[in-house]
Amino acid sequence: MLGFLKRPVVVTADINLNVVALTAVGLLSRLWHLAYPRAVVFDEVYYGQYISFYMKRIFFLDGSGPPFGHMLLALGGYLGGFDGNFLWNRIGAEYSSNVPVWSLRLLPALTGAFSIPMAYQILLELGFSHCAAMGAALLMLIENALITQSRLMLLESVLIFFNLLAVLSYLKFSNSQKHRPFSLSWWFWLMLTGVACSCAVGVKYMGIFTYLLVLAVASVHAWHLIGDQTLSNVCVLCHLLARAAALLVIPTLMYLLFFYVHLILVYRSGPHDQIMSSAFQASLEGGLARITQGQPLEVAYGSQVTLKNVFGKPVPCWLHSHQSTYPMIYENGRGSSHQQQVTCYPFKDVNNWWIVKDPGRHQLVVNNPPRPVRHGDVVQLVHGMTTRFLNTHDVAAPLSPHSQEVSCYVDYNISMPSQNLWRLDIVNRESDTEVWKTILSEVRLVHVNTSAVLKLSGAHLPDWGFQQLEVVGEKLSRGYHESMVWNVEEHRYGKSQEQKERELELHSPAQMDVSRNLSFMARFLELQWRMLTAKSDDSEHKYSSSPLDWVTLDTSIAYWLHPRTSAQIHLLGNIVIWASASLAMVVYVLLFFWYLLRRRRSICDIPEDSWLRWVLAGALCAGGWAVNYLPFFMMEKTLFLYHYLPALTFQILLLPVVLQHVSDHLCRSQLLRSLFSALVVAWYSCACHVFNTLRPLTYGDKSLSPSELKALRWKDSWDILIRKH
Amino acid sequence: MPPAVGGGPAGSEPRPRRGRAGVEGARAVGPDVGAEPAARSPKRPARGSRCTEAAGRWTLLTLVTLLSFATRFHRLDEPRHICWDETHFGKMGSYYINRTFFFDVHPPLGKMLIGLAGYLSGYDGTFLFQKPGDKYEHHNYMGMRGFCAFLGSLLVPFAYLTVLELSKSFPAALLTAALLTFDTGCLTLSQYILLDPILMFFIMAAMLSMVKYNSCANRPFSAPWWFWLSLTGINLAGALGVKFVGLFIILQVGWNTISDLWHLFGDLSLSVVTVGKHLTARILCLIALPLTLYTATYAIHFMVLNKSGPGDGFFSSAFQARLSGNNLHNASIPEHLAYGSVITVKNLRMAIGYLHSHRHLYPEGIGARQQQVTTYLHKDYNNLWIIKKHNTNADPLDPSIPVEFVRHGDIVRLEHKETSRNLHSHYHEAPLTRKHYQVTGYGINGTGDSNDFWRIEVINRKFGNRIKVLRSRIRLIHLVTGCVLGSSGKVLPKWGWEQLEVTCTPYLKETLNSIWNVEDHINPKLPNISLDVLQPTFPEILLESHMVMIRGNNGLKPKDNEFTSKPWHWPINYQGLRFSGINDTDFRVYLLGNPVIWWLNLLSIALYLLLGSIIAVAVQRGTHLPAEVEGLSQVLLQGGGQLLLGWMLHYFPFFLMGRILYFHHYFPAMLFSSMLTGILWDTLLRLCAWSLASSFLARGVYMVGILSLLLGTAYSFYLFHPLAYGMVGPLAQDPGSPMAGLRWLESWDF
Repeated sequence: MLGFLKRPVVVTADINLNVVALTAVGLLSRLWHLAYPRAVVFDEVYYGQYISFYMKRIFFLDGSGPPFGHMLLALGGYLGGFDGNFLWNRIGAEYSSNVPVWSLRLLPALTGAFSIPMAYQILLELGFSHCAAMGAALLMLIENALITQSRLMLLESVLIFFNLLAVLSYLKFSNSQKHRPFSLSWWFWLMLTGVACSCAVGVKYMGIFTYLLVLAVASVHAWHLIGDQTLSNVCVLCHLLARAAALLVIPTLMYLLFFYVHLILVYRSGPHDQIMSSAFQASLEGGLARITQGQPLEVAYGSQVTLKNVFGKPVPCWLHSHQSTYPMIYENGRGSSHQQQVTCYPFKDVNNWWIVKDPGRHQLVVNNPPRPVRHGDVVQLVHGMTTRFLNTHDVAAPLSPHSQEVSCYVDYNISMPSQNLWRLDIVNRESDTEVWKTILSEVRLVHVNTSAVLKLSGAHLPDWGFQQLEVVGEKLSRGYHESMVWNVEEHRYGKSQEQKERELELHSPAQMDVSRNLSFMARFLELQWRMLTAKSDDSEHKYSSSPLDWVTLDTSIAYWLHPRTSAQIHLLGNIVIWASASLAMVVYVLLFFWYLLRRRRSICDIPEDSWLRWVLAGALCAGGWAVNYLPFFMMEKTLFLYHYLPALTFQILLLPVVLQHVSDHLCRSQLLRSLFSALVVAWYSCACHVFNTLRPLTYGDKSLSPSELKALRWKDSWDILIRKH
Repeated sequence: MPPAVGGGPAGSEPRPRRGRAGVEGARAVGPDVGAEPAARSPKRPARGSRCTEAAGRWTLLTLVTLLSFATRFHRLDEPRHICWDETHFGKMGSYYINRTFFFDVHPPLGKMLIGLAGYLSGYDGTFLFQKPGDKYEHHNYMGMRGFCAFLGSLLVPFAYLTVLELSKSFPAALLTAALLTFDTGCLTLSQYILLDPILMFFIMAAMLSMVKYNSCANRPFSAPWWFWLSLTGINLAGALGVKFVGLFIILQVGWNTISDLWHLFGDLSLSVVTVGKHLTARILCLIALPLTLYTATYAIHFMVLNKSGPGDGFFSSAFQARLSGNNLHNASIPEHLAYGSVITVKNLRMAIGYLHSHRHLYPEGIGARQQQVTTYLHKDYNNLWIIKKHNTNADPLDPSIPVEFVRHGDIVRLEHKETSRNLHSHYHEAPLTRKHYQVTGYGINGTGDSNDFWRIEVINRKFGNRIKVLRSRIRLIHLVTGCVLGSSGKVLPKWGWEQLEVTCTPYLKETLNSIWNVEDHINPKLPNISLDVLQPTFPEILLESHMVMIRGNNGLKPKDNEFTSKPWHWPINYQGLRFSGINDTDFRVYLLGNPVIWWLNLLSIALYLLLGSIIAVAVQRGTHLPAEVEGLSQVLLQGGGQLLLGWMLHYFPFFLMGRILYFHHYFPAMLFSSMLTGILWDTLLRLCAWSLASSFLARGVYMVGILSLLLGTAYSFYLFHPLAYGMVGPLAQDPGSPMAGLRWLESWDF
């Protein structure tokens, strides 16, 4: 207990000076003149606006990735005291003095710098020599593309950092498995693996590929563990449970945590509100919440409501009607009912108000006490401003001839009786007598006579319909679709008997009091779903490229150009490293299959332990490259060179692995080995030279003359910007 | 009931493997149970029992086959009108009989077989197959339906034999056969002129021959070994030749072959030369043979279809010259482009089509409200453009003006012949592609502005600076903005009649999208010259038709605001497909799986995964299994594993597909899942029986289990058969309906 009284407390520090040195040069290379250029560089324009949203606590929706990455960038802004007041509209715009450029760029730069000692550690943990580990770190150090990407307010370097951290901590964990299972460090590294994985996924969805790779390796190891008959059943079970908790449960919880913090941070309504459901919007401060705050919850007979379509595509809109009628004859010669148009209108308007009426009574006001409308009730919907009834009948809709036209019934056409009864079908009901609730209830309106369902077809009406959206009655409801579902957004109890009074009432803003809160899970699920389904505009970009261009570095991206001189930042890789990394990859694969086939015929070229090391290094490095690269062939979004950087990092790790293997096992004599080492040194100096040559484009600090720039254009496809004077 | 009869022989020998185990000792339950050839087993026991066993085996197979044929051919002629996709595939069969060229997104073999069946049964190809519901009248459609039903019926005996081979258990095979025979979905899908029965036939045949071939593994290079190996290859070619999803069974066979070779390679008793022979045999039978056959189907396809038809426009100009009746066939047109020529301009990228315009404006909010310019795949008057000088509006066809040829680098104006508007571009954003400029038709009677001027550039100038019809690859560069005319290949929404978008792209990338050639050419002032249009070689045709098919498949995108079938709907039988009829007076056929069978399949997959992982973990932990359980778990892990792989391969890829999906895409996977169910329940019941002490009780439990499953499926078929065979009368909500009370899910609309 009190052992420390008897013996002195001794702290033995074991400092690897290699790591310290690597960290130092890493920091130097990434942090040098970090605040330069003081202008918006490439995708900073994109991430910057989200940082501003965080600073102003305004809700936004970004389909490109989960919020953790944005939050990390915003943290830099928070620490630097950024107030969010900057207009992110143009690449190259000068930052105003209130933008703390240095602290905004600090975090990506730090992660980029720390990736270097981590590469060193990973190779050591894989069981390779210090020399190989140093090699990997030094290659990372002089990779121009990684430097460029780390020095700006971008997320790739953060992603790479967490990817490497996940791999490193898993290796540390699995190495301590042999000696000290369930020790403190064992737990630490296991937990850190899970945390790093979830952070990687939280920064970009792409992180999931590395997570899956780590999971796959972990499950293979776990399978061997199950086969280990020296362990008791209970022990195996404990091992499995610990892994499941750390690698499955913790990442899930962490992922939820990111969203939790995100939703706490951005609580004010903003420009992306419209995409979300009414309930979600009402949970934000300002915006819809200001309008709906204090609305009565239960819709009653006589309620005045606006009905919003839940699907909301192509645009969110409200059920609408106006004085104009459908044209007698359409362009294509078909006839219509010539009754009052019913459309869906994407703007707030007094014509969006409808009154829920009991078919058995005449009055349009709410009784005291209010009589709530329930699931299955038959109602009529009266358009507030024109007092006409929502109606549908067996007439083809203007643009969707297979569906029925929906109109507000005008009684001068005697040949068509009114069919204005609708049955209320609450989709998300919990019981069959559920009351129709404002915002929360998602309802379908089923026509009583024809069982058609009120639906937003998504088509824009021509001029006679003022380009508003078409609303139809879907006869063949082929299953549930959100375009048939509506919810009440604004709501108040109608009080006026007279039409004139009522019109005044409709014009006045709604105000009464009930507040409602959506649970975190409901908000999370909706936000996640909208983020995944948000249509990214798949625009072609000047610098977009296809995955095939990446391996050979056949593409480049101009990030920034000095407004006056030709100093510029250009995303370009160190071509020597790219080429040799790809070559190493090929060599690895060929050697691997060669060894594999020979081993199958019981010929072992290399000792068992170095074979196992070889396989594990390949699984993590070559596998890491494959999982971070190959999926891009199946993606339809716009792709850029920087998407390749995570894959490239793994490829760089593989390079020293292959080199050491060749030197250890394929160079048979000492002479060959020395020769090979000399070659490697020559090759590395060559890489250094390339780094140095491309450095002006990486840091953008030196203005090169047009002839120098032309000389740098080693490939025709590199778009280096040359000013014409 | 037939299944009860089927249950009889099974009852007499509920555990064939165990019976044999008595003779052969532990060998039969050893790990090589799966490889034990079925054909050899009758030789071993005494003569009498051998005869009865063989007789029983054949009777059972015959019974299963007969029952399958009886169910599939029952009321095959009903309804006497076009159902669902018969309108496509019947039509395409007719095209083969009429030898007119058409385009479809699927490879040709299936439709060729349909055409052949129609031809042989005396159908003359005159029926139009216009839309579902059209009456067949006097046309002979039974040949084609009969052919599909015949292939569909063979699925059941194939599945029966596959499961028998994998599990060596008659009850498992019988159960599988019953599941498939009594599944209303398989039945419905087999009764019409569709590609699915043909596809499933080839898939199942490939699976069966693969399994058969696996059991010949101990007699390599024997006659049956070669037979089954090459049959596998043939069936693979068939499956891929019908639909591209045939790729999945190829993956399965490929995986099986690789693991097989891996085992052979690891067997040190075999010399490397022997392994090399094995490898060569597989390359021959599973790669070379199928490829040859697959290519051969295309060769036949192009040989048969030699007349111009509705599919011409999808293909390049050179390709069209092959088709008799096409205006490029033995074409005689002016050779070089001159001012005043009337031309059609075709994009060089496959399946983009002709530069087109029509009297409709871009809708408000989408660029300038000027006339639309699109690309269109069909031949049409609106594809005609007149090429004019940029600075004069004089009619170049005036005989007093000398002919002036268009040259590389000239500034020209393209006037749309029907509407007299000029091809025009300006700094408005294109409708779909961001950062590209909009292309419109502008001006009145050829008078526009400077935005109508284009510089014409010839890329391959080996024919000189003139522009040669069909041969010259040209680019049109907008003079004012410097952008290049191209098609993005994106489908415009309804306002653009779902034609493809034309843009002017500011990025001068070298893609085929912005390269065009001149196809039709009319100029009365020039002499017509018979052109030896570059005849494409067969590999070029093959490549081109694949590109066109792939683009066609990618073009089948689901629309927003429409309900579409999702892959997760399928195994739970969430919603069917209406084959025919809507109202209560119509003859209604509804494609829906027998819910009892489908939900049993679903449960079985879950149970299989559970049981499989328990056994796998137990083995990995080194638990010593009793011999009996060891044998059963081998069947479960190896035989069942293959089937599970088949199910996964035929199901999961659909989650990644962007194209529009339909319920019937699940049926190949459903075949595998039914076979898995057969093996799983047989094994499960055997394990239950084994765990019981008394052998009498054990046998009873086993028998009752199998029988109740067989009878249960038969009864559910009795309940749901109107879905498949068709029904008239009130809808299911009505108590008087044949389906009253059977609408178990809200989403089934019958």
